[in-house]
Amino acid sequence: MDKMGKIDLSAKELQEEVEALSGQRVFACYHCGKCTAGCPFASEMDLTPRQVLEYIMEGRVEVLNSRTIWLCAACFTCTVRCPNGIDIARVMEALRQILLRRGEDSLDLASLGEEELPQIALVAGARKLIG
Amino acid sequence: MKRDGEPRIGVYICHCGTNIAGVVDVKAVAEFAKGLPGVALAKDMMYACSEATQREIINDIQQERLDRVVVAACSPKMHEPTFRAALERAGLNKYLFEMANIREQDSWVHKDGGQATEKAKDLVRMAVARARLLIPYKESEIPVGERALVVGGGIAGIQAALDLADSGYKVFLVEKEPFIGGHMAQLDKTFPTLDCSTCILAPKMAEVGRHPNITLLTNAEVEAVSGFVGNFKVKVRQRARFVTPECTACGECVPVCPVAVPDEFNMGLGLRKAIYKSLPQAVPAEYAIDIENCLNKPNLLVCEKCLQACSPKAINFEQPPEKELDLEVDTVIIAIGADPYDPSKSQDYGYGKYENVITTIDFERLISPTGPTLGKILRPSDLGKPKRIAFIQCVGSRISNPELEGNPYCSGICCMVSIKQALLIKEKLPEAEITIYYIDIRAKGKGFEEMYRRARLAGIRFIKGLPAEVLENSDKSLTLVGENILLGELYEHRHDLVILSVGLEARKESEKVQKLFGLARSSDGFFAEKHPKLEPVDTATTGIFLAGAAESPKDIRESSIQAKAAASRAARLMKEGKIRIEALSAEVREELCAGCGICESVCPFNAIHVDGTSHVTEAACQGCGVCAASCPVGAIEMHHFTDAQVLAQVEAALADRPKEKIIVFTCNWCSYAGADMAGTSRLEYDPRVRLIRLMCSGRLNPQFALRAFELGAAGVLITGCHPGECHYQSGNLRALSRYELLKRLLRSLGLQEERLALEWVSAAEGERFAQVVNAFAGRLERLGVLTKAKGEEPALTTAEAGRREG
Repeated sequence: MDKMGKIDLSAKELQEEVEALSGQRVFACYHCGKCTAGCPFASEMDLTPRQVLEYIMEGRVEVLNSRTIWLCAACFTCTVRCPNGIDIARVMEALRQILLRRGEDSLDLASLGEEELPQIALVAGARKLIG
Repeated sequence: MKRDGEPRIGVYICHCGTNIAGVVDVKAVAEFAKGLPGVALAKDMMYACSEATQREIINDIQQERLDRVVVAACSPKMHEPTFRAALERAGLNKYLFEMANIREQDSWVHKDGGQATEKAKDLVRMAVARARLLIPYKESEIPVGERALVVGGGIAGIQAALDLADSGYKVFLVEKEPFIGGHMAQLDKTFPTLDCSTCILAPKMAEVGRHPNITLLTNAEVEAVSGFVGNFKVKVRQRARFVTPECTACGECVPVCPVAVPDEFNMGLGLRKAIYKSLPQAVPAEYAIDIENCLNKPNLLVCEKCLQACSPKAINFEQPPEKELDLEVDTVIIAIGADPYDPSKSQDYGYGKYENVITTIDFERLISPTGPTLGKILRPSDLGKPKRIAFIQCVGSRISNPELEGNPYCSGICCMVSIKQALLIKEKLPEAEITIYYIDIRAKGKGFEEMYRRARLAGIRFIKGLPAEVLENSDKSLTLVGENILLGELYEHRHDLVILSVGLEARKESEKVQKLFGLARSSDGFFAEKHPKLEPVDTATTGIFLAGAAESPKDIRESSIQAKAAASRAARLMKEGKIRIEALSAEVREELCAGCGICESVCPFNAIHVDGTSHVTEAACQGCGVCAASCPVGAIEMHHFTDAQVLAQVEAALADRPKEKIIVFTCNWCSYAGADMAGTSRLEYDPRVRLIRLMCSGRLNPQFALRAFELGAAGVLITGCHPGECHYQSGNLRALSRYELLKRLLRSLGLQEERLALEWVSAAEGERFAQVVNAFAGRLERLGVLTKAKGEEPALTTAEAGRREG
């Protein structure tokens, strides 16, 4: 992961924005690891879901550059298992929204042009990549 | 009470160093106090609780002929006993003392000196108004004899019973199982010393069995309780054993018994007969017949095998199936223990589904020489030797997600249980690979950290990071997938045996026992102690004490400590032979009483009976005041919390600028302590609130709230313990139903019902108290100044209406 270049957020702003967007108390995490343990994509992620929470608690803005937040399929397995009741899927969505609402990585449907895209990719992309 | 002339009240305002004086203008408050009616002198002092100041107060009482004392300082929970003692030293009745809480509920929660000083003045005015009406009471003494009941025959009950019996008291030990010993009897070794559990327990059990001062009642359960300290009447139901004391424990009956059922003592891992013993050293030594599973039923003999095998003729199927015993005891110790968490309630780890997933308590039986495998560690599916063994920590523990099965607390024992068991496996199977999956290792205790180190040095792997679930493979081995948190990498490990480290939870019988004895439980389900730090083995009911895991999860050592403490607390009462009862009881004014019986039906302590008119059993009355608030004719007066005293506080709180003020009624146990906690935590809240302490929210006479509105108060907030946590069992629910009625009444009077609110706040919820108060203040802000709905001033007849309604 590169150092965050595009978005200028302080540690505190990151934490506040994540908590405001997700409605979740990230600081309740005590690192049991069950979110990672049940995550179907964990092996492909650069940060484990648990590490994402730790990055937020540490105020490390480079979490926004992580592959993890885009690999998250919002399957909610982590959410239903979290003993502290943190809806981790919402936290992932909040991180995506921080980027998308600033126009980063967002999908401009009109610019897709004529290229052939599977319908499922189009629908999923529209859902996930539009702020 | 009729008083001769104006009272002479001494008022003392404490600086508490800068704790109070740093915010509140203490001298201005003292000056203000001098002008209040009935105040003979008012002073400010640096530390009111110091011995020198107390001597000064005593001197003032004697020289200045003071007959009432008000101290404005910290919470009465802190120093009320100190000042009451000073009054008694000066020859003044201790009930003539009143405290204004200007620290926890003022200087610590308001930053603005002006507002805090205004509030301090109001709090002093309220205290003085109440002090004027205080009445001296004599505390009654009731005799306490020398008989104790111990409920539960685990290690806590055994220890408590033995200490009491050795001190010469008569003990009835009631155990619901046919044998005593509890969970400790099921354990193989104990941590951190690796003593053999049975070896240290069996002599204690034997001592209970033969002690001349102990009456051991096994197969027995408490069915009904009435009375009070010094005079508890307890009904015990005892199921028949069908084996008489002639039994020599030769065991010849066992092989001939044709019935085999899962052995609960061995956690169902083995079988036992219908005539059985938990373990060879069991106490009582006589075998017991499990009549549920025996082929014979009372009065129906179909199988005589054991009868024929028994040479001492100790088996008797003609015993009545159960009998009732009436006991009279003076003190009670509750030692019912705890249940291990049952992980089959959550599907994640496959307990009850996969044969090779067991719990730590199952494993105790597996490794015990008296267990089903005679101490051999075998995996249940094929009785093979497991090579790779995993422990999963925190199963059912530390779960604060309400959607999930489990308990929010840490039981504090499971880490050491797993470490101990891992070391025991290492001894028996040195080749085994053992992994402990954990979140945090909690090894606080004498010798615990050392044992944890031993385990690490022995090659036991500790992996931080719990698996999300257990998957069974076709060879019945188990796969765990998770994150090795310290590496930030995923693991996927195969194990032959997975041991779930389960915590403890409140016994399923807890609710029944709570109701029988009139006790309180905390939100985790365990019994609540009188004070978590300073009265950790007392309950709120005098004469009833707690021992062992009934109060919270404990290991053997902690259970012993608490049992011995409970025994000495009970002995202290019984040795004295009498007890002074706080004079907070109800008193019936017979000339007003119509004998309707409402008070009798609402009293949670059976302390009132109607015989023409109502009569209060003073020793049984706990002083909640639910009866007084329910009495339709106002015939019940609560000592030290009379209607007149409370109304005087309401009026004093609203004497100045009433339309800005918010009256908050609190109960003594939860919400008042919660407000103190807000103070201790320095959580700011709206400075316009004025607290009035009642013993219970159920004491709230609707008239109190109506009087506040009549005087123009902006709002009234009623607070009490959370449902299920009431110190008086259900007083808070009475408050809830009165609140609903009051709202209707406000509507019918044309007042906005939103000005009345009810909230539950526990003693630990300082943050919640501040939030609740601020939210309510915000709501009142939006409603504006109190007016009638149609813009008129409130009618002055509201109190009359209240009297009719209340």
